[in-house]
Amino acid sequence: MSPRTPGADLPEHPDSLWRNAEPRRSYDVVIVGGGGHGLATAHYLAKNHGITNVAVVEKGWLAGGNMARNTTIIRSNYLWDESSAIYEQALKLWEGLEEDLGYPILFSQRGVLNLAHTLQDVRDSVRRVEANKLNGVDAEWVEPDEVRKICPIVNTSADIRYPVLGATYQPRAGIAKHDYVAWGFARRADEAGIDLIQDCEVTGFATTGNRVTGVHTTRGTIGAGRVALCAAGHTTVLTDMLGIRVPVQSHPLQALVSELLEPVHPTVVMSNAVHVYVSQAHKGELVMGAGVDSFNGFGQRGAFHVIERQMAAAVELFPVFARAHLLRTWAGIVDVSPDASPIVGMTPYDGLYLNCGWGTGGFKATPGIGWALAHTIAHDEPHPSVAPFTLDRFVTGALVDEHGAAAVAH
Amino acid sequence: MQLIACPWCGPREEVEFSYGGQAHVPYPDAPGELSDEEWAHYVFFRDNPKGRFAERWNHSAGCRRWFNAIRDTATYRFERVYRLDDARPVTS
Repeated sequence: MSPRTPGADLPEHPDSLWRNAEPRRSYDVVIVGGGGHGLATAHYLAKNHGITNVAVVEKGWLAGGNMARNTTIIRSNYLWDESSAIYEQALKLWEGLEEDLGYPILFSQRGVLNLAHTLQDVRDSVRRVEANKLNGVDAEWVEPDEVRKICPIVNTSADIRYPVLGATYQPRAGIAKHDYVAWGFARRADEAGIDLIQDCEVTGFATTGNRVTGVHTTRGTIGAGRVALCAAGHTTVLTDMLGIRVPVQSHPLQALVSELLEPVHPTVVMSNAVHVYVSQAHKGELVMGAGVDSFNGFGQRGAFHVIERQMAAAVELFPVFARAHLLRTWAGIVDVSPDASPIVGMTPYDGLYLNCGWGTGGFKATPGIGWALAHTIAHDEPHPSVAPFTLDRFVTGALVDEHGAAAVAH
Repeated sequence: MQLIACPWCGPREEVEFSYGGQAHVPYPDAPGELSDEEWAHYVFFRDNPKGRFAERWNHSAGCRRWFNAIRDTATYRFERVYRLDDARPVTS
């Protein structure tokens, strides 16, 4: 059998998917941040609300921040009603996204296993499975022998430091090709007449009284009827300009890939206890994510000891990985909120909408938050799916506490 | 690995330390008089600057003592370490 050429089944890169727009003097809506969330919001503003006098301003290049740095895992098996609702809404949109965008995004519903290694893990996992079922999310508890059937390379021996006692399984979960997702949204937004403006950093805001009326940028001042912030780890750099305090802390979150390998890993495996999450990308590289570096950081790089610990965990769980070589490591900047849930919606300023705090989980929400934020901007009130995620929940106490509760590797 | 200069032990590897977040956040003087919003800001809200940040570190696998540092969150460079009972140094 001749070896399969890695990447042979991927489509060719097109020459150009969008105009490289110059900024105009003003727009109805300016979205700050040309990553997945910003581009998806632009797409749904045009598609669902007919709002096309829109600019997406990006300080670097499109989808070059966390959209280029995540581990592409998509799932909706969160514990709390509020979280599973928004992630499940996103997952349903993912399921129709190739058709909607008319662009391949290589969405592969290969399932995700969240491993349990302790009795407390088992109890929490079973509880989450039952909560998921009540919320209409596909979820099941699987025993170690079933884990072995779903993913034969997982070490299910009882003789390891953190034995696999079982797992939760969400069959509809999976991965997508992150660049294609961004390009698909960008192409659609561009076709609708939306300006995607790269190399355009916001340096300040124009305000009249309590209303935001535009953004000052490195390419001049751009007037805006409404402004939405989709800047992930750099959100507080923007909100500090307006004197709005937002309770997020930015951390480096590292990930890495191996060289290209034959297909060995048929699903997605996450483990909170030993802290690694792994899938195999379409081209063949093993994609692994770590936990955040402890300190606040905006440097898009982290400490190597975090990678070492992550590799130790990966090799313990997947002995076959011991011979794989590390190709590349990098970090994104994730904005983590006190309850590990996003902060979305209205702000103390009229015409300014916030979308941040997604922490380590923003990619999977991309179409869901784009849909909900577009609605929020168009109607000047929160979409029902983001209504629980207000900024003032930290005053009222109505937190959505997903820290450690949702199989999330925070 | 990055070396962090513990004020008591000198330069040690980063793995020996744990992070304590923003420094100089005093417990409220009159906690009974705080509004919900003021409590929220004390409990949940911390600065998150890109650049110089005064923060707490603990030499947890060494002398186990806390200290403060001025560190640049963009470059990760430690500019100053100082004792908890020192005032925040003036940095240019």
